[in-house]
Amino acid sequence: MNYDIILYVGTVFFLSASILSLSKRLNSLIYLFSIAGSIFFAIYGAYLLFAGALLLPVFHLSSVVDFSFGGDALSGFFVLVIAVLSISVFIYSIGYTASMKNKGLMGLFLNLFILSMYGVILSQNIVTFLILWETMSVLSYFLVTFERDERSAKAGLVYAVMTHIGTAFIILLFMLLYHFSGSMSFSSIKALCRNMPRDLKNLVFIFSIIGFGTKAGIIPFHTWLPRAHPAAPSNISSLMSGVMIKTGIYGLVRVGMDMLGDGPEWWGITVLVIGAISSVLGVMYALMEHDLKRLLAYHSVENIGIILLGIGASMLFKTFGLYNLASVALIAGLYHVLNHAVFKGLLFLGAGSVLHSIHTKDMEKMGGLIKLMPYTGLFFLIGSVSICALPPFNGFVSEWLTYQSLLLGFRIPSITAKIVAPLGGSALALTGALAAACFVKAFGISFLGMPRSRDAEDARESSLPMILGMGILACLCLLLGIFPNNVLEIISPAAFLITGSYVLPSHSGFIFVGDSGLSPGFILSTMIIMTIGTILFIYIIGGKKAIRYGDSWDCGIPSLNPRMQYSATAFTKPIRMIFKRIYLPRREIFVSYIIKPFFVKSIKYRGEITPFFERYLYDPTVDFIHRIAGKIRLLQSGSLHLYLGYILVTLLVLLIFWT
Amino acid sequence: MEYLQFLIIIIFAPLINGIIKKLKANMQGRTGPGLLQSYYDLIRLFKKEMVVSSVTSWVFKATPYIVFTSSVVATMIVPVITTNVVFSNMADIIALVYILGLGRFFMAIAGLDAGTAFGGEGSSREMTVAVLVEPMMMLSLFAVAISAGSTNLTKIAGSGSTFYTPSHILALSAFMISMIAETGRIPVDNPDTHLELTMIHEGMLLEYSGRYLALMEWAHYIKQMLLFTIAIDIFFPIGLDGYTDVVGFLISTGSYFIKVLFMAFLMALVESTRAKMRFFQLPSLLGGAFVLAMLSLLSYIMIGK
Repeated sequence: MNYDIILYVGTVFFLSASILSLSKRLNSLIYLFSIAGSIFFAIYGAYLLFAGALLLPVFHLSSVVDFSFGGDALSGFFVLVIAVLSISVFIYSIGYTASMKNKGLMGLFLNLFILSMYGVILSQNIVTFLILWETMSVLSYFLVTFERDERSAKAGLVYAVMTHIGTAFIILLFMLLYHFSGSMSFSSIKALCRNMPRDLKNLVFIFSIIGFGTKAGIIPFHTWLPRAHPAAPSNISSLMSGVMIKTGIYGLVRVGMDMLGDGPEWWGITVLVIGAISSVLGVMYALMEHDLKRLLAYHSVENIGIILLGIGASMLFKTFGLYNLASVALIAGLYHVLNHAVFKGLLFLGAGSVLHSIHTKDMEKMGGLIKLMPYTGLFFLIGSVSICALPPFNGFVSEWLTYQSLLLGFRIPSITAKIVAPLGGSALALTGALAAACFVKAFGISFLGMPRSRDAEDARESSLPMILGMGILACLCLLLGIFPNNVLEIISPAAFLITGSYVLPSHSGFIFVGDSGLSPGFILSTMIIMTIGTILFIYIIGGKKAIRYGDSWDCGIPSLNPRMQYSATAFTKPIRMIFKRIYLPRREIFVSYIIKPFFVKSIKYRGEITPFFERYLYDPTVDFIHRIAGKIRLLQSGSLHLYLGYILVTLLVLLIFWT
Repeated sequence: MEYLQFLIIIIFAPLINGIIKKLKANMQGRTGPGLLQSYYDLIRLFKKEMVVSSVTSWVFKATPYIVFTSSVVATMIVPVITTNVVFSNMADIIALVYILGLGRFFMAIAGLDAGTAFGGEGSSREMTVAVLVEPMMMLSLFAVAISAGSTNLTKIAGSGSTFYTPSHILALSAFMISMIAETGRIPVDNPDTHLELTMIHEGMLLEYSGRYLALMEWAHYIKQMLLFTIAIDIFFPIGLDGYTDVVGFLISTGSYFIKVLFMAFLMALVESTRAKMRFFQLPSLLGGAFVLAMLSLLSYIMIGK
């Protein structure tokens, strides 16, 4: 069978969905087309994974520019990740966009955006890759600024600038690769670049860290994420955070590990350190956010860090020729790519569902939503448990694999690696604990307790397609956790492609690294059996007892109101105090008195943390550029006489020196 | 027998708590409650009617079961009196820490469910302590796991040849401090307090009553004895073997109980001689323990033991 046809059919579905979007009435039909398109791409991805590399015929535009698509197991894996999340998001979008003003435009951009992401992953030469990469960036820019208010315009600007800085570095690195290999096609670059001079290789690697890292959102290039993701409509934030930033990871693995081959030790160390810093700082900043979507955006920085811990460990192992271990570590990283797409996609959709219902992202105005929005609440809880890497859900498996690969770092015959790898593990433990604190806050404050505002009291459950979209992802969170063997079958061809080795044994629900095994399915089934046992035990001892309902404990003064609940700010206060060297918190308290100092009329509290990178890295840079621009403006004052003067001087200089 | 060794922890956990209470009382010159008081309390609570806040949701009701069963599952993968654990494949220390983390996560969100300030305060502080304890605990376990070449608890306990090295002693000190913090004991938390403003663990349970409270308390006792057992498995595995005959069984059971009693004595001693620390002084204690764990790892790397 000719597999090209699958790709063409998928593309045709997406294009026709885009065209259909222009008529505003066929909302469900459009997304059904898009779902069909993604299913075709998923089939194509699965084919790439299991049947090996495939190259489509090249489309010649001119003698210089041609387009070529195709892929191997690595592309196949990423295509599958995009397909899984995009199908759920399309279902969700049927409900989510129903009441939207510009839903035609949304359908158009959304479909082209997904198509361009598939294109980026399946590009097989430099020109194709860069054109689609830019298309993806521009389309996502349109989607970030979709709501057309001042905030999203600003966020869009930051996003556009950052993403283009990244693109500039990507162009530079591909120019270097082209310069050395003299070929545009990825396969011949891969064949030739293994024996590139060392310095050139290092330069390409650094450029790929900056370029792809900006897209992935590593610290310190993360500043666009907490702006762009909350500004975009929630189905888009889900896609951007779930899969778009993973194209950065794809690029990094493709260039840094696949094309360049084994690098020196410091490559792996660098990626590990960046991963550790991004994960710890990402979750720390997330903890201080009370805007639900900004919180989730910072968690993307954290999870990219966790992915990079796996990838960095893999690079280290490759340097020292430990290909079996490299494969374990890469599997850990890629497993987390898939998991993060699923649970972060779910959490953003959940946040979108809340936003859709109560029109605020501020957690301090939520509360008690689980009673009014039971499905959204349940799914958000599942997403929270997964992202905290708690068993038996999916995040746990990939983080466990990451821990194992970092501990295996001890087998590397290098003292630096021996110290850095376990410290990376302890950074991961800190990240895990902070993430748990953060999601206790995010879920507990938003969904539990009493409603903190009028809007939260009037919350209503979202429409069926939205619930369905979230439900699929929530089920996947569990399934990817309790059937790790099947997931490993999907990931291992990709890891095999990069490391040339596959050793992670798994059988009957267990996965093993060395002597240590894990089976989340066992944990789940034992917990279920034990719950039944416990219930029986209680009935035998205590018999059946009715539950009496009463008020919460109010110290005997019956006047408990929603404002007396613990707030998100209060919840995170101990952590803010303990890590004050990192947060640099500032607070102001204004007290007005009736009679000083005994009778207080009102107390106002305002607190904020210092965004370190914005304040000390980006603000000075922007100021510097502004100053330079101010200086340059002197040259270009708008006065015609001055311009004539320039022409005269230039002419004179040329006349004097030309001959 | 190896199938049922986890029942030892589940059954004797309240007793160990009673012993600690009794020892503490004796050290402080009081008579103290009887050794079996914890059992009487649990049975009484199981028989009592429950009063539940009308603000709460299903999360509040599901939590006691999740907390209880997660600590039971954790006991099932730990070698107690023999390394022939049924689920020896699963006896992984990282998984263990995360299974206990599941219980803590649900306990903390349940603290927020009733919409009171005390519950929120309890969960906020519990999660903060966890943030400080978990990396340190993990790092001390890493040091042990690296020297044993595996994170599998049965392998660590089985490789008893390299014990009492500098790295192990440092790791043990760090683990002991994290154990005190995890079990909610002085100087981190006061298990006897009923003053709302100083509670951590109790704060989260404030709204619970009847059988839910019994489950939560029992789970807490189990977690305490489980942590003792892990410390024993990792740091004093003498006598713990894959026994084959009755004598071996008696030796390993006897030595296990002696070691647990020793741990209980240690806890009571620390509780009686230390004062509870102010909450914001905890980072200096736990940060110090983190340094110990780090030194343990470094000393293993540098001197190889």
